[in-house]
Amino acid sequence: MTLALELAYWQQLAIKVLAILVIVPTATAIIVQTFLFKMMAHMQSRLGPMEAGPHGTLQLMADGAKFVQKELLAPARADRRVFTLAPVVVLLSTFLLFVVIPAGPGIVAENLDLGIFFALAVSSISVLGVLMAGWASANKYALMGGLRAAGQLIAYELPLVLAVVGVVIQAGDLSLQGIVRAQAEGEIFGFGLIGLPFVLTQFLGFALFLIATQAELTQPPFDMPVAESELVAGFQVEYSGLQFLYFYLGEFGAAFAFSALAATMFLGGWWVPGLDLEGGLLANVVGPVVLFAKTMAVAFVIFWIRFTYPRLREDQLQSFAWKYLIPLSLVNILVTGAFKVIF
Amino acid sequence: MSMLTEHQQRAYIGGQAAEARVNLELETDGMTLNIGPQHPATHGTLRIITRLDGEQVISAEPVMGYMHRGYEKLTEVRTYPQINTLINRIDWLSSFANEVPFILAAERLMEIEAPPRAQWIRTIFFELSRIANITLFLGEMGVQLGAITAVFYAFRDREHVLNQIEAATGGRFHPNYDRIGGLKEDLPKGWVAETKSVMAKVRDFCDEMETLVGTNEIFETRTRGIGVIPVEVALGYGLSGANIRASGLDWDLRRDSDTPLAWKEVDWKVWTHPDGDSFARYWVRLQETREATLIVDQLLDGLPAGPIMAKVPRIIKVPPGEAWVATENPLGEMGYYLVSKGDLGPFRVKIRTPSFNNISIVPWVLKGVYVPDVITILASLYFILGDIDR
Amino acid sequence: MPELPGLMKGLNVTLRTMLRPAVTTQYPHVKEAPPSRARGVIALKEENCTVCMLCARQCPVWCIYIEGHKTKAPPRRAGGKPRTVQLLDRFDIDYSLCMYCGICVEVCPFDALFWSPEYEYSEPHIADLLHDKDRLGQWMEAVPEPEPLEAGAVAKKK
Repeated sequence: MTLALELAYWQQLAIKVLAILVIVPTATAIIVQTFLFKMMAHMQSRLGPMEAGPHGTLQLMADGAKFVQKELLAPARADRRVFTLAPVVVLLSTFLLFVVIPAGPGIVAENLDLGIFFALAVSSISVLGVLMAGWASANKYALMGGLRAAGQLIAYELPLVLAVVGVVIQAGDLSLQGIVRAQAEGEIFGFGLIGLPFVLTQFLGFALFLIATQAELTQPPFDMPVAESELVAGFQVEYSGLQFLYFYLGEFGAAFAFSALAATMFLGGWWVPGLDLEGGLLANVVGPVVLFAKTMAVAFVIFWIRFTYPRLREDQLQSFAWKYLIPLSLVNILVTGAFKVIF
Repeated sequence: MSMLTEHQQRAYIGGQAAEARVNLELETDGMTLNIGPQHPATHGTLRIITRLDGEQVISAEPVMGYMHRGYEKLTEVRTYPQINTLINRIDWLSSFANEVPFILAAERLMEIEAPPRAQWIRTIFFELSRIANITLFLGEMGVQLGAITAVFYAFRDREHVLNQIEAATGGRFHPNYDRIGGLKEDLPKGWVAETKSVMAKVRDFCDEMETLVGTNEIFETRTRGIGVIPVEVALGYGLSGANIRASGLDWDLRRDSDTPLAWKEVDWKVWTHPDGDSFARYWVRLQETREATLIVDQLLDGLPAGPIMAKVPRIIKVPPGEAWVATENPLGEMGYYLVSKGDLGPFRVKIRTPSFNNISIVPWVLKGVYVPDVITILASLYFILGDIDR
Repeated sequence: MPELPGLMKGLNVTLRTMLRPAVTTQYPHVKEAPPSRARGVIALKEENCTVCMLCARQCPVWCIYIEGHKTKAPPRRAGGKPRTVQLLDRFDIDYSLCMYCGICVEVCPFDALFWSPEYEYSEPHIADLLHDKDRLGQWMEAVPEPEPLEAGAVAKKK
């Protein structure tokens, strides 16, 4: 980072914090606008919001303004402190996820050596927030939603982590930049022009990661915790206004972050053939665009599934995780390990 | 049994007692969960009081009547044409089908028979309202299980059917088209051809629903074996319509009862399913919608020419007597028991609505299932609130 | 070719729908014409009304309010007796009560009431939904001609 070298630590930190504070809501807005408003609408042969701005592009502004104006309601018997803290915890987890995702050779808030480990660890914090929300709402629906969410998120954390292990073994690096580099420098049977996106070797891992992501985001077919036709909205049922917006931001921000993680680990991240791995202006300008395109492609698949499938029952999705996903991911690790040793 | 020493016996008893005490201390009360009256799964204002042990339902009790509009009493102070518009609102998704049994009962008392063309058009509209109703079910079942997209397709394609109903009757939801002795007016020009193309669209919709929901593996895991109703139990609770046909009973009033409507003139089939679970109920309704489009097509082909109104006095007074007419409505057997004393309006009307009986099985069928299955079963039983509370 | 799993076929359905144009009509900008038989609003042809009150009595919700008075009209033929006619003072339909059944239009023996498919008369205040006879008379412009009937129908003789 040529620019950052001239700045003091606190200045760098301030820039990074500011950048993330800007990026997360923007990313969420893009995800919600593209997929939740427009793609979902067209899949259901509707048009979606059309009035605010050209083709409804400013709808989120209106929605945001609406949420901000709304009164923050809390049930009389709610645990007020936990109740107000819960959305913040969920949001925090989303914000922290963005810290390690590299968008270019020099564009990363903090290139941790244990990048992917950190990402998966902080993504689990949201479980706490969900559980807190479910418990503190003093509402039976919320409580059931919270408990379901906790059970589900813990069950699907395992395949999520195990799916990543294959990638880590193949890359030989835990840092996300290292994984991108490994993919860029890889070769397909001596043909190195497009590198080796790990989706080619880790297709099982990629599928497992997407499925587990779907569950982490509590989206159909794994949206039992928020199942609107039975638990109304699960743990979010008592939230209103800005606090609800936090959950919303948390959910869709996480959707973006997980898509970006998947794009980074399986699709080569910000790198495309022709970019300089070591830095340089071109890579730092093109990188984010490439990453964004790949992220949107992954997010498209995630939301496509979301809008198509019915949901599994809680016990069915648990047995799906424990009986199929986890053994499969273990097999994946085994095979990857074997190949790593052989070649 | 080998002999035990007194000490061993005492130790055993003491151990059991201690365990019982621990169990007693750890035992928690069940949780009462009110599903409704305001809840997305209840299609309106039905309330189901469930006692839960964790996620398992110990007991469930439906509480109905939040939307009671007193139609049976109201009919006593209205004239026959006025009642016709009121009973449109009982099962609001298939309004025309509500009119038919009432009009038939009145016609039976007055000893009038509508001309054949009127009977054929009545049958066409009866089946159109069945399609309008069940298409919504096919989507609604998806949305209750989390597949939101399905219901939008249902609304999209139901629109075509409603347009056809509106083009001929003037009312989208409440046609008020049936009259004692015939129909309000004849079909407008071009209606038959247009309806045929709509029937083709509905068949496409059924195929689409089958691919999107019916054959979806997740949908099957959620519905197969859930809410199984054996045929004896179904008969005991007075289930009717697709719910009982899904339990394997081949019983359809369109075929089995003697109505002057035109079902006997066309070639069709009653669909049944042996399983009696939620999937069977979905499947039977899906097939019935397809079958209904075929019935409509055949009826449109063979529509006889002629008048649509028999000779009826200008002021309708039904001669004294009693009549019971039931038809196979989209939700099941709907019947009117009409008692007339020769006035402008009936003396007493008893309305048998299918949803009321279909929902009465809820305490039996919900016992022991999980909370998500409550929604599956309620959705698959398919009730309309207006039809329960009337 | 082996059967695709249902999950894949479902994805195909949503994707295909996404690539087709949406069916939404952007209502205030684009309007769909209701069929000419649609029961939108009731129009009153005042000169045909004889204040017979049939419609008001037959209405299931009693949302029609009629007042009139008798008056002498000049005779039809020269030298005849002056006729007694009923003149309409008030003819209101309360559309907040009306359930659009159409009984009034049907029972009217003198063809004074008509259905019009016009539907855009919503009001911010419920009291404004009471249309008086001038307002009801204005709807006459929107009354369509009766449609031709389908083949095989016997035209009503009137």
